[in-house]
Amino acid sequence: MSALVVDSLSVVFGAFRALDGLSLAVDAGEVRAVIGPNGAGKTTLLDAITGITRPRSGRIVLGDGLDLTQHGEAAIARAGVRRKFQKPSVFPALTVRENLSLGCGPGCPPGAQADRIAAALAETGLEARAGALAGALAHGEKQWLEIGMVLASEPRVILLDEPVAGLSDAETARTAELIATLRRPDRAILVIEHDMAFVEAVADRVTVLHEGRTLFEGGMAAARADARVIEVFLGR
Amino acid sequence: MSGAVDLSPRVPAVRRIGPALGSDPLLASLVVLVLAAALGLVLLQPAPYLVNMVGQLAAFAILAVSLDLVWGYLGILSLGHGLFFAIGGYVCAMHLLAHAYAVTGTAPDLMQFMGWKSLPAYWTGLTSAPYALVLALGLAAAVAFVFGLASFRSRVNGVYFSIISQALVYVAMLLMFRNDTGLGGNNGMTGFSVLFGWPMGSPGVVTGLAVAALLTLAGVLVGAKVLVASPIGRRMLACRDDEARLRTLGYSTTRLKLGIWCLSAVIAALAGLLYVPQVGIINPRVLSPDLSIEIAVWVAIGGMGRLGGAVIGAVAVNALKFWLSAAMPEAWPFILSGLVLAVVLGLPNGLLDLAALRLRPASLKPTSLKPTWLRRGGGLR
Ligand SMILES: Nc1ncnc2c1ncn2[C@@H]1O[C@H](COP(=O)(O)OP(=O)(O)O)[C@@H](O)[C@H]1O
Ligand SMILES: [Mg+2]
Repeated sequence: MSALVVDSLSVVFGAFRALDGLSLAVDAGEVRAVIGPNGAGKTTLLDAITGITRPRSGRIVLGDGLDLTQHGEAAIARAGVRRKFQKPSVFPALTVRENLSLGCGPGCPPGAQADRIAAALAETGLEARAGALAGALAHGEKQWLEIGMVLASEPRVILLDEPVAGLSDAETARTAELIATLRRPDRAILVIEHDMAFVEAVADRVTVLHEGRTLFEGGMAAARADARVIEVFLGR
Repeated sequence: MSGAVDLSPRVPAVRRIGPALGSDPLLASLVVLVLAAALGLVLLQPAPYLVNMVGQLAAFAILAVSLDLVWGYLGILSLGHGLFFAIGGYVCAMHLLAHAYAVTGTAPDLMQFMGWKSLPAYWTGLTSAPYALVLALGLAAAVAFVFGLASFRSRVNGVYFSIISQALVYVAMLLMFRNDTGLGGNNGMTGFSVLFGWPMGSPGVVTGLAVAALLTLAGVLVGAKVLVASPIGRRMLACRDDEARLRTLGYSTTRLKLGIWCLSAVIAALAGLLYVPQVGIINPRVLSPDLSIEIAVWVAIGGMGRLGGAVIGAVAVNALKFWLSAAMPEAWPFILSGLVLAVVLGLPNGLLDLAALRLRPASLKPTSLKPTWLRRGGGLR
């Protein structure tokens, strides 16, 4: 069953069509990768899903029928859609623990908060840094903290924008493991990434985006063999 | 900065006072000092002019704390907080005039000036102090609510908000300068002769007012500290540093900002309410844009985002002003500008940086090189 459906979505900036009638459906339990050259519209897609950018036309519907294009950022997050941004976005003046407590979200039952924070600390391996200011973390730790903030809210749709950009090989492998643990039968995960090996390791299917449109959708092996995909990626 | 206090939202507010103050020794000592000052005024009975000055400083400190709450913790720089101060002040003045008229039977100058036979309908009930208190605070909250809702909902932020808030206080000043507003116009309101039935200038009343201002200051400091150390305080800091990000975590930042903004306005009105009987006059000049900017200067000089800094800044600047405006009034603007420059260049986080250096000589580094108000949350993506 689809957990997230993007239906002929168009986002326009001035005369420029960043997304051009894009359609996409992610199933519950699936990890979907979205790849594509720089400027393909990957981040814009996440902006539209999270309510930061209003689409010109099209719909974005959750599994239960909620149309996200009709709601603001906060309401979309409360509906269970959470995102890790391309640029690490943690609150530098707050500690790791405080960041996670904010990550739990306003709807979190007070009794559940401590457990969720503990679980997020354990899964991201940040226990030893719980009291540190987020501003003092290393780049990789910030990325994990942000994933932990997503986790703490127990979301049903997770959007990850380039979670391994700027990470070392060891950190990338660690992040791939972390994403594998996020997978749940009632949860859809959408990962944007450039790193093909990483995509192959974490994703079930891949959507190749080019100039705001779907160029290809299917398995990673098939994507590698697809003539149009090769042209877009090698033709740059 | 946010401290180690990590209390679940269910802990009652009173039980949070200890941990909140414990996490901030500077603020705790300040509260003790304020309470000691109140006790000192009662026991030692210093000269009335001194008592009166301490009381006025306390009112300014409350005003500064109200601004720090929205500026230092929420990143909303209001350059119009004089408006809420004035609302408290004007309503208090109306009460004092109505009360004096009722007690003494002597018509206030304002009535003769306006040619009124009796006080008009909108003065009804103002002889009652509790009603005046509710009216002042409620009016400040209502004005703040309308202005805040309009601005925050349409996402007016940063310097645009500051400019609009300044425009608001300016418009209010022009309005109050008009005589037909019926609140004294240019001359304002003065000649308050009675307070709760007691003659206004008597030492007991002077001390009582100053002690009330000091106790209110202590209460406001403790309450504000409990608030900023609570989960709401964390949301405030998060909103200050990156509002768009906080929204994508599911929080309605409009509601958060509106709530704290109204609270801040109420505290500012409280300050005005305590100030006016101590200076014995209110006129439209409290609504001048200069005063509203000066409040921000006090907070910046003391050190924003730490409550204690606001108190230290307000007291230091105004004590200096009291002294200098007697000694050499013409030099005051230059001295104030010099102070601002010195602080901005030398102590980016205000005078509290000095205290931090004294307390922790090992870490000579200021908390941050950039003042908080220059640190802007980056855009998302
Ligand atoms: N707010 C905006 N205003 C104008 N153009 C934008 C805006 N956001 C993105 N774009 C443009 O849309 C295109 C897609 O951007 P983006 O979605 O960030 O690409 P990517 O696939 O690299 O994440 C780019 O050409 C970018 O310049
Ligand atoms: Mg991008």
